Amino acid sequence: MNNLVLLPVLIPFLMGVILIFFKKNIPVQRYISGITSSALLLLAAYILYVIYQDGIITLELGNWPAPFGIVLVGDLFSSIMVLLASIVAMACLFFAFQTLHHDREKFYFYPFYFFLLTGVNGSFLTGDIFNLFVFFEVMLLSSFVLLAMGGKKYQLRESFKYVVISTFGSMFFIIAVALLYSVTGTLNFAHLAQRISEVDPANNGILTVIAILFFLVFGLKGALVPLHFWLPNSYFAPPTAVAALLGGLLTKVGVYSIIRTNTLIFTHNQDFTLNIILILAGLTMFFGVVGAVSKFDFKRILAIHIVSQVGYMIMGLGIGTAMAIAGSIYIIAHNMIIKTALFLFSGATETVTGTTNLKKMSGILKTHPYLGWLFFIAAISLAGIPPLSGFFSKFALVLGGLEEQRYFIVFVSLVVGLLTLFSMVKIFMYVFWGSPTITEEQKKTKVGKLLLPAIPLVIISFLMGVMAEPVYLLFEAAANQMLDPSIYINSVLKE
Amino acid sequence: MRTNFLMLHTITRIVSFIILSFSIYLFFAGHNNPGGGFIGGLMTATALLLLYISFDIKKIKKAIPFDYSTIIAIGLLIAIVTGLNSLLFGDPFLTQYFEYYTVPVLGEIELTTALPFDLGIYLVVVAVALLSILTIAEDDS
Repeated sequence: MNNLVLLPVLIPFLMGVILIFFKKNIPVQRYISGITSSALLLLAAYILYVIYQDGIITLELGNWPAPFGIVLVGDLFSSIMVLLASIVAMACLFFAFQTLHHDREKFYFYPFYFFLLTGVNGSFLTGDIFNLFVFFEVMLLSSFVLLAMGGKKYQLRESFKYVVISTFGSMFFIIAVALLYSVTGTLNFAHLAQRISEVDPANNGILTVIAILFFLVFGLKGALVPLHFWLPNSYFAPPTAVAALLGGLLTKVGVYSIIRTNTLIFTHNQDFTLNIILILAGLTMFFGVVGAVSKFDFKRILAIHIVSQVGYMIMGLGIGTAMAIAGSIYIIAHNMIIKTALFLFSGATETVTGTTNLKKMSGILKTHPYLGWLFFIAAISLAGIPPLSGFFSKFALVLGGLEEQRYFIVFVSLVVGLLTLFSMVKIFMYVFWGSPTITEEQKKTKVGKLLLPAIPLVIISFLMGVMAEPVYLLFEAAANQMLDPSIYINSVLKE
Repeated sequence: MRTNFLMLHTITRIVSFIILSFSIYLFFAGHNNPGGGFIGGLMTATALLLLYISFDIKKIKKAIPFDYSTIIAIGLLIAIVTGLNSLLFGDPFLTQYFEYYTVPVLGEIELTTALPFDLGIYLVVVAVALLSILTIAEDDS
């Protein structure tokens, strides 16, 4: 029993509530939210340290014992995800201070930002599948508000689609939970894992159906092809700070849930489920990047790239070895950080030029060199050029795939890497290269303050590449912990 | 011509009183019997809504001059703080405590920490229901 693991869920919730009282007083809201999100970052780092030292932490909420009550479980994977989420959230918050319109701030941006974090952290830390559904809902409801707020025509239309699709996904989720409960009679992750491993292998067809149903639900939230169609437009519509926040966090919660359920619970028929995951991973990678290559809009390219990168993240799961799953976690970490940085750069560019259309921009490198070169570093990191983090994450994935002789998916992932580089260079050529076309007034636009939240992200990406060895070892420890479900089961059920 | 709402107004006064008292009964019946903060809150909201419908919004706003979004925050805060107090005793979040006391008039009653938690939920439900309905009703006016 340790209340420590509760704090990343509780603190944002409490602060979100307190911020409602200060709805008219924006400076106070900013101070409180800035301090809180910094504290959350430190707390997440501390929790990761404690879990790395002492093993899995569990908390039985309300003192109800494990299979009956709801448990929160912090293992290495979930605490890594909480730490990453705090980094992304903090960068987006400080970017929002600079760019967000005052009307948005008045209409509860900060409370809903914290409610979103509550949902995200809760989804990472919960050890109960119905509770996961609840935290998904908390997260989605907050994201609806953040997306729809502002109310331009385009934005409302896209948010409406997003709401309909998400609600549809939630319905499937609850059906899948009900089905799972009727078959196994429990909702606790550890208890589920234990019961499913006891089922007669000849008679587990229904469990495979449920596994695929869950995969479908999480795939919808994680934007896997062919369920990705809602993502590019709905992430294009809101302001950059919100798009970066949602793009950095929401799809990763879907990916986290896919990895969690398929390593812990649905391990009974992995030949089948992991193959489906691998096929969809290939399709997602490929179609995502093709979409990005065909577009000529800064933010849209980045949004579609999220889809392509989700493919990489579940590719490691599909291969299924410790090295590949460590690669998956590596690429989740790399991607959350660098994709947020890229979104913030697109926001800074938009502040300078007033557009996100690539064809209307040119030569910003001459007037804003720091913006240009920082973007360049982030872009080649995304594409996977050494010594940045993108290279090592893909390296682990590719090596894991080759060891398992999955040559085709490795080939696809390398081609996709090349196309990623192509689309990133395309942005760089159009936006930063060439002769400047912007007006004198735009030339004087200062972006230094806007770059401040993004610079730490680029540095983290650089460090994750340079210090690949310790970082990889951490992720490999997390992967090993996941591949042996008995560790998780024993620490929750205490047998 | 002004329509006369005499019947509606008279009945509303009586009925809303009955609904309100029953909602309070339901609220206190909660956590051991059917009832609780959610049901009680919804019922209170219907009683208040009946008032809003039969009289007009401006009049009732004078009678109930609260900002519902603040009430939501207060309700959430009460619920969270109730959960937090178990942290003081070193128990997991949301652990509930209860004790039986004998009070002169009422006899033996049960005091539990579930009650303030329910109160928080009650406030949130009342405020959310009314706020969303009133926001839609006030549109375009």
